[in-house]
Order: sequence, then C-alpha cells, then structure tokens
Amino acid sequence: MGKLVFKRPESLQKTPTHYCPGCSHGIIHRLVAEVIDELGVREKTIGIAPVGCAVFAYNYFNCDMQEAAHGRGPAVATGVKRVLPRATVFTYQGDGDLASIGLAEVIHAAMRGEKITVIFVNNAIYGMTGGQMAPTTLVNQKTTTTPTGRLEEYFGKPLKIAEMLSTVETPSYIARVSVFTPKEILRAKKAVKKAFETQEKGLGFSLVEFLAACPTNWNLPPVEALKWIEKNMVPYYPLGEFKVPEKF
Amino acid sequence: MPEKFLMKGNEALAEAAIRAGCRYFFGYPITPQNEIPEYMAKHLPEVGGVYVQAESEVAAINMVYGAAGAGARVMTSSSSPGISLKQEGISYLAGAELPCVIVNMVRGGPGLGGIQPAQSDYFQATRGGGHGDYRLIVLGPDSVQEIVDITFLFFELADKYRIPVLILGDGLLGQMMEPVEFPDISVEKPAKPWATTGMKDRPQNIIKSLHLDPLELERHNLKLQKKYSEISDNEQRMELFMCEDADLFIVAYGTTARIAKSVVVRAREEGIAAGLIRPISLWPFPNKAFEKIIDRAKVFLTLEMSCGQMIEDVKLTVNGRVPVVFYGRTGGIVPKFRDVLEKLRQLDRSDWHG
Repeated sequence: MGKLVFKRPESLQKTPTHYCPGCSHGIIHRLVAEVIDELGVREKTIGIAPVGCAVFAYNYFNCDMQEAAHGRGPAVATGVKRVLPRATVFTYQGDGDLASIGLAEVIHAAMRGEKITVIFVNNAIYGMTGGQMAPTTLVNQKTTTTPTGRLEEYFGKPLKIAEMLSTVETPSYIARVSVFTPKEILRAKKAVKKAFETQEKGLGFSLVEFLAACPTNWNLPPVEALKWIEKNMVPYYPLGEFKVPEKF
Repeated sequence: MPEKFLMKGNEALAEAAIRAGCRYFFGYPITPQNEIPEYMAKHLPEVGGVYVQAESEVAAINMVYGAAGAGARVMTSSSSPGISLKQEGISYLAGAELPCVIVNMVRGGPGLGGIQPAQSDYFQATRGGGHGDYRLIVLGPDSVQEIVDITFLFFELADKYRIPVLILGDGLLGQMMEPVEFPDISVEKPAKPWATTGMKDRPQNIIKSLHLDPLELERHNLKLQKKYSEISDNEQRMELFMCEDADLFIVAYGTTARIAKSVVVRAREEGIAAGLIRPISLWPFPNKAFEKIIDRAKVFLTLEMSCGQMIEDVKLTVNGRVPVVFYGRTGGIVPKFRDVLEKLRQLDRSDWHG
C-alpha cells in the first residue's frame, strides 16, 4: 500500500468546478480550503461568495456560505461576524467586485478592523461578463471595452488595492501573492494561512490579493497566461507582505 | 399598571425593538430618523447587542443581510433617499427569504427633496421597491403607541414568514412625543435551522438569491407568491373609525389618519355621515375592510401627504363601484384640519347618485 500524500481537502466539495481551463480560481479555492482544514475551523466557517466568476463558490467550499450582492461581501461578512464573533468568516471576491463596485465596503471593513479574511482575486479583467476593463486592468491592456488597450489619458492607471489598504491605520494583515509557479503557490498558501491566523487570533482584518490568470479573456493559452502574470502584472503589482499586525 | 413613558416616536421604536429581542442594528445617519441609531448606539451594548455605523445605507442593508442570514433579530432604519439606496439589499433579502425589520421615516422627495414629513414613498414600499417580483409586509402606524405595538409584532411576522418587513412612518411620527406603554410579553425567538452558523453536525446551509436555471427560478418565485398570498389572507390590519352608519369615507393612514379622525368627529357634529378607514397594513392592503361598507358608500376620499399614491390601491379595491377622490399636500406640508373638513363638506353637498 502506498502512502496517501495528496487528497481533496475536506473544505472542498466533491463538485467539479465550472472554471475555464487554466483559470486560477481552482488553485486559490484549494489553498483556502487547505488552510481551513489545517486550522481545523471548517465547522465554524462561513464563507461569502461574490458576484462574478466565483459566484458558485458556495457549491465548491464545504462550509456554510452566503452569497452577497456585487461588491458587498465585506458588509455581509461584517453582519455575520458581529452576530457570530467566534466564527471564521471569509469573503472571496474578484477585482470588479472588490476594487470597483465594492471599494467602499472593503476599505471600511478594514478601517473598522473587522475580524474577517478577504481573498481578493485580481485577474485585471471582468471575467464572467466577458472580458471588460476592470479598475485593475493594466495600461495598454486590451479588453472588450478598451479594444485598443486601456488608455491612461482616458481611464487612468490601475488601482493597487494591497498598497491602498495598507495605508489604513487599523492593524491588519495585507499581502499580495500569485500562482504563476509552484513556488509562488507555496508562498501564497503561507500568506493565506497568516491571514486566517490573524483572524483567529483576533488581531484584525486580513486580505490576500492574488494575481490570477484569466486565459479565456486574455486570449492566451494557460501556460502563456501564467507567464503574462509574471511579465506584465508583477512589475506593476509587486508581491509581498504590505502589512502585518504588530502582535502577530 | 404598566409604566408609562413620554417618548419620541423614533426612541420608542428603538426601545420596542430592543425589548422585542433585536440585538443588532446597522445604520447610517439621515434626518429625520437619527434618534433611532443614536438610541441603539447607546442602549444595545447594555443588553449585549451590537450597533455598527455603516459607511453607507448600501453597506448597512448588506450587514443586515449577513446578520439575518446568521440567524439574528436585526434592524436598520433610514429615511427616503437612504431607503432608495437600500433597495438593492432589500431585493436580495426578499430573494433569500431573510427576516429583518426596516424603518422608513419618510421625508419629501423626489431626489434629496426635503426633511419634512411626507407619505410619498408609498409606491416604493408597497410594490417591493427593488427589482424582481416580491413584496414586503408594510405597516403604517399613526401614533407612538402603535409604533411600539407594531415593532413587537414585526419581529414575529418577519421570523414567521421569513420576510423583510418595513415600518412606513414619517418625520412627524418619529419626532413627536406621546405617552407609551411597553407590552410585558416574553419574547420567543423561533429556531432558524436554515441560518449559516457553521455546519457542525448538519449539512451545509447556503443563503442565496441566485437561481440560474429558469425553471428553478420560476419555482422559487411561485413559492414566494404563495407566501405573499398567505400573508394577504392572514395579515390585513385596519381600523374602522365611526364607520358604522357612514356613507362618506376618508381613507388615510399614519399622520394623515390623525387629521382625518378629527375631521370625521367634527363632520359628525355637523350632521355629515363621515367615517374613516385607516389601513394599518399598507401591504397587504386591507381590501376586506372595504367590502363591509361598500354597499352604502357614496364616495371615498383618500387623504395623503403625496400627490396621490395609496389612491391607486383604493381604486383597485373599489374597482369602479364608487367614486374615489383625492386630497393631499406634498413637499413636506401636512394637510390642514380646516381644508380637509371643507373638502368633506363639498363632497357631502355633491349629488353622487345624480
């Protein structure tokens, strides 16, 4: 008998996902699920699904879930956490959801120091609606609503959420990670774990921004899409920890 | 004898909510309802509750969604422009069948409008307000005591039917002081096995309003409609004031009903056979009450602080059998006793069977 070295985390359901080939959501779901398993908090976890590609997250995570309106995840999570202060509460949000329509909700959740964990998936585009410009779309990046590339003089430069949130004075854990190599995936998992531990220790708000691939809407094969993250996104969106609670 | 308190409508409402077991309040400042969040901020922590001032009405109603989904008795309050902002969340609450109490102390609109009392949010309140086929239970109290009684009732109704409920008051009811008693009843909170509290020892719970399969969404909508139909059958509330032998009826709710009562009393002294139908439930509209008196009705006068909104429900109920006329003031102006009385005298002089 061989030794079991790899299995589905208990925090993931046995449901095939609807994600496109090469999409990073599957990896990120798995990292979150592994961390929930390792911390042993699955039975007290409530996840908040976004509007966007990950809207069906409630069918994939094996814990209680609420589906929020577009961008309102951190507000919904606030409601849950204030009622159940010992629960583990996380939101899972894309860049349209968090960085555009839900910007106020995430900043104020951070300001209040809500003890929640935000998993923020930045793929520089609106995925589910078919590849429109997001606030995180890079300058000159082509999307269906920037057919000649994002023009800086019309639409400005993309928002850096991790940097912006790390200016909030209330203690929090803020990191940016990616998944373009196995090494980066391992680093990302450490950040997710630290984020959930920040919550479990009651130290404050935590957010992990993932630079993620959207091969379908980037019009790239999956392997090329991963290289595109490293080549184009990482220089603008540097990886690393931006803020760690002093008491961590 | 129960203790009596002299309280503002807004404060009495907040106290009643706490006594009814509400422990979570998510608010955002707007005139003329600020006494409610202020009262909650002061008194909820005394009973182990939580007050959060949200960054916007949009966030506040979504916090209500999260808290209601976690099984709590929860409330938010606002006034007209703020209630418009909450409509997104209210639609989601209705879709996900989450119980909560929403208060609208109505001010004049449209837009930023004014801060004086109005009843111009009747359409928004009684037609659902946001997108999709849904209803809220909407009650319109006419006194501080009734605000208290309705608040107790409302948390029960919200939990019983798993529905968001809305108190439609106005700036005047919220600000005026009257003596009130708080009913001495023990609060029983029903079990909420559907709430997301962590899936220990049970299958996963999901709070959501998404049903991508059209057949599934239709089934969900038909289920909601069945619930609304049950509510319409069971939860109509109204007061019939001096209606026994009346043939000329004022229809008014909330603040305008108070004026209507005085007008009816005076009209009676003048020999006019006037009565008042006061809907307390605005949705469901109490159409059953009209059937008791429609055979002897000459005319219905709807009296509103709007350009005429509830009149549409009165007309739908009367269905052409009797004339329905309107008198109202808008913009935050409260109709004057003498103007309403004069309108009633004119109607009494008219030959309605000519």
